Amino acid sequence: MKPAVSSHWSDRDFPEAARELLEDSQTRSNVRHATDVIQAKRDAVTGELPDWQQLRDAGEAIRAHSLAHLDFYLEQFEQACTRAGGQVHWARDAAEANQIILGLIQRHSVTEVLKIKTMTSEEVGLNPYLETHGIRAHETDLAELIIQLGKDKPSHFVVPALHKNRMQVREIFQREMHLPELGERPEDLASAARSYLREKFFRLKVAVSGANFLIAENGAVCIVESEGNGRMCLTLPDVLISLVGIEKVLPRFRDLEVFLQTLPRSATGERMNPYNSIWTGVRPGDGPKEFHVVLLDNRRSPILGDAESRQTLQCIRCAACLNACPVYHQTGGHAYESVYAGPIGAILTPQLHSLEEGRSLPYASSLCGACYEVCPVKINIPEVLIHLRGKIVEEDQKTLRGQLGIWNLGMATAAMLLASGARLSMAQRMGQIAQKIFVNRDGMIERLPFPLSGWTQTRDMKSLPKQSFRQWWSERAAPSEASVGNPDRAGHAAGRGGPDGQ
Amino acid sequence: MLVSLFITCYNDTLFPETGRSVVRVLERLGHEVEFRPEQTCCGQMHWNTGYLHEAIPILRHFVEVYRDAETIVVPSSSCVSMMRDHYLKAADSVMDASLRADVEALLPRIYEFTEFLVKRLGIEDVGATFPHKVTLHPSCHSQRSLHLGDIPTRLLKQVRGLQLLNLENSQECCGFGGTFSIKNADVSSAMLADKVRCILNTGAEVCTAVDNSCLMHLFGSLHRQRTLVRTAHIAEILASSAGERA
Repeated sequence: MKPAVSSHWSDRDFPEAARELLEDSQTRSNVRHATDVIQAKRDAVTGELPDWQQLRDAGEAIRAHSLAHLDFYLEQFEQACTRAGGQVHWARDAAEANQIILGLIQRHSVTEVLKIKTMTSEEVGLNPYLETHGIRAHETDLAELIIQLGKDKPSHFVVPALHKNRMQVREIFQREMHLPELGERPEDLASAARSYLREKFFRLKVAVSGANFLIAENGAVCIVESEGNGRMCLTLPDVLISLVGIEKVLPRFRDLEVFLQTLPRSATGERMNPYNSIWTGVRPGDGPKEFHVVLLDNRRSPILGDAESRQTLQCIRCAACLNACPVYHQTGGHAYESVYAGPIGAILTPQLHSLEEGRSLPYASSLCGACYEVCPVKINIPEVLIHLRGKIVEEDQKTLRGQLGIWNLGMATAAMLLASGARLSMAQRMGQIAQKIFVNRDGMIERLPFPLSGWTQTRDMKSLPKQSFRQWWSERAAPSEASVGNPDRAGHAAGRGGPDGQ
Repeated sequence: MLVSLFITCYNDTLFPETGRSVVRVLERLGHEVEFRPEQTCCGQMHWNTGYLHEAIPILRHFVEVYRDAETIVVPSSSCVSMMRDHYLKAADSVMDASLRADVEALLPRIYEFTEFLVKRLGIEDVGATFPHKVTLHPSCHSQRSLHLGDIPTRLLKQVRGLQLLNLENSQECCGFGGTFSIKNADVSSAMLADKVRCILNTGAEVCTAVDNSCLMHLFGSLHRQRTLVRTAHIAEILASSAGERA
């Protein structure tokens, strides 16, 4: 049985979930519009930097170094954070993280807490867990508030409500905030959210956050955001609990120089985030009196142990790969059935869970490379996708069912036919004959059996030509090998060899 | 120069006219073309679908066939990207140092067709005439793996009579992605629909590319929709001369 708390939402595979979403034209147009806007802003503010590629190189180097020495930097962080008055907790998995956070909240006898947007808490399923223990978590990020009030799920980990447009947001606010007269201007919506949230900021004493970065050398925690609601949560409550994946640590404070440039430009197309909060431990009379960091592993360690896919953990969650991805453009985030959508989700989710559970995700990509091109820490996502596909195939081939599967048989046959020129030539001749039952009188193939029916559902295909290239070449070269390259010969060949007008 | 043509398995089987055009252009430019009949495939389909073990003998075969070739020209950016991006990794995955050494020696001698013309030969005008409205789909591998940039455009701009029309969202994938087009047929078709819409908006008679894989995909929809837009590999345009129909 699947655990109750999971960042992977259902058993539907990607093609099935995508099919449903492709029929939702409203969501598709919202996603397309929003990603186009962010993508254009991102291109402008990354294009203006002469050292953008060097910043990517630096980001990659720092993240790769941090991961290579993660044990060292995590301990260094723990010591520095503790010295500064913070308390560090280690959570092996989602269940442990939830228990630790619940315990900390219960110590203060409260039934409501503030939340700053944290995808890590979505990963461990914190809100529903707290709910079952009588604690209501209030999301304060505008987009997360929309998701929470709309009983929806995030579809994008930087802009969680990207799939909703303004009118849909208004309907949710009207209904859930009891504001039937609410206007539709952005100011009206922001103002409604502000009144709704302010009351909570002033009243609630415990806040839960995530973090963008941990700094090993001084135990600092860093969050960047656009709205300032996070800043409210970081400064007003008495108790602050930050849930952070172990991969988020950076060695030095000065490393932020790179990421505070690349993250906002990649994520929201801003030169810098409006709010950059960096705090170290606790200080009397300033901010929270009690500060906890919960370091979450939750299957990150095994990823770290896989040299081929370790780069997955370099991710700084900018979501530029989602905005650039032509697959994400079509389906939006919900097709990935996970808090981590898009190309990074397609490699992260199956590794955070099991390859069996997320096995359709590594195939949810045309390997077009747009994700790798925009990634500010140069994660070669196509390479990791192929690596994971390889592992899935390897597992399949261990079972008889997998061995006899249509893909395995097809690929084995193709590999056998591609082993020599003579076999390929034979296959071509056989194909030219065997195709006849599929070819219509115009020489087109309009219908093919499963699984090739996937092609012909929307696409025709030209039938195999009467002569393959190698057949043509052997006839052409037949008279005399020696004459190849002779100008007369070339002229003759051109007459026969040019475009044939099809 | 003696040019060894690696036609690729799908051009060989499905698009022989592309191979004939490559031969024609290269011979017209005074080069000698050879075709090694032992050649088959680069192994990309197996590799990209996760059949990594099955891909190894195929790429090994490729390396064997071309070991002593001086210059190898491939009319497919996708297959060249397989070689440049994955062959070394593949050799390492089977811990075969001699295969790695062979690949390292071979890679600098492999060129995508348009890259060979412009970068290796320094030629942009191949003497072609093609009096048609054309739009170029810059395939993903040609742009993001081979970084061909404006090389195909520069060649097309020198073709007599050719009117090159700008394609909107040109950098976006057409949705082919090899087995992706079958495993995720619905998403692939939606991506294709967007691309086809952009192509139709250009008003072009012909859509071209350096990859027949994308063109096969685009043709599939253009033909299903009964449009009059044709697809042609860039080699076919560059091989055309005055007085001929495309």
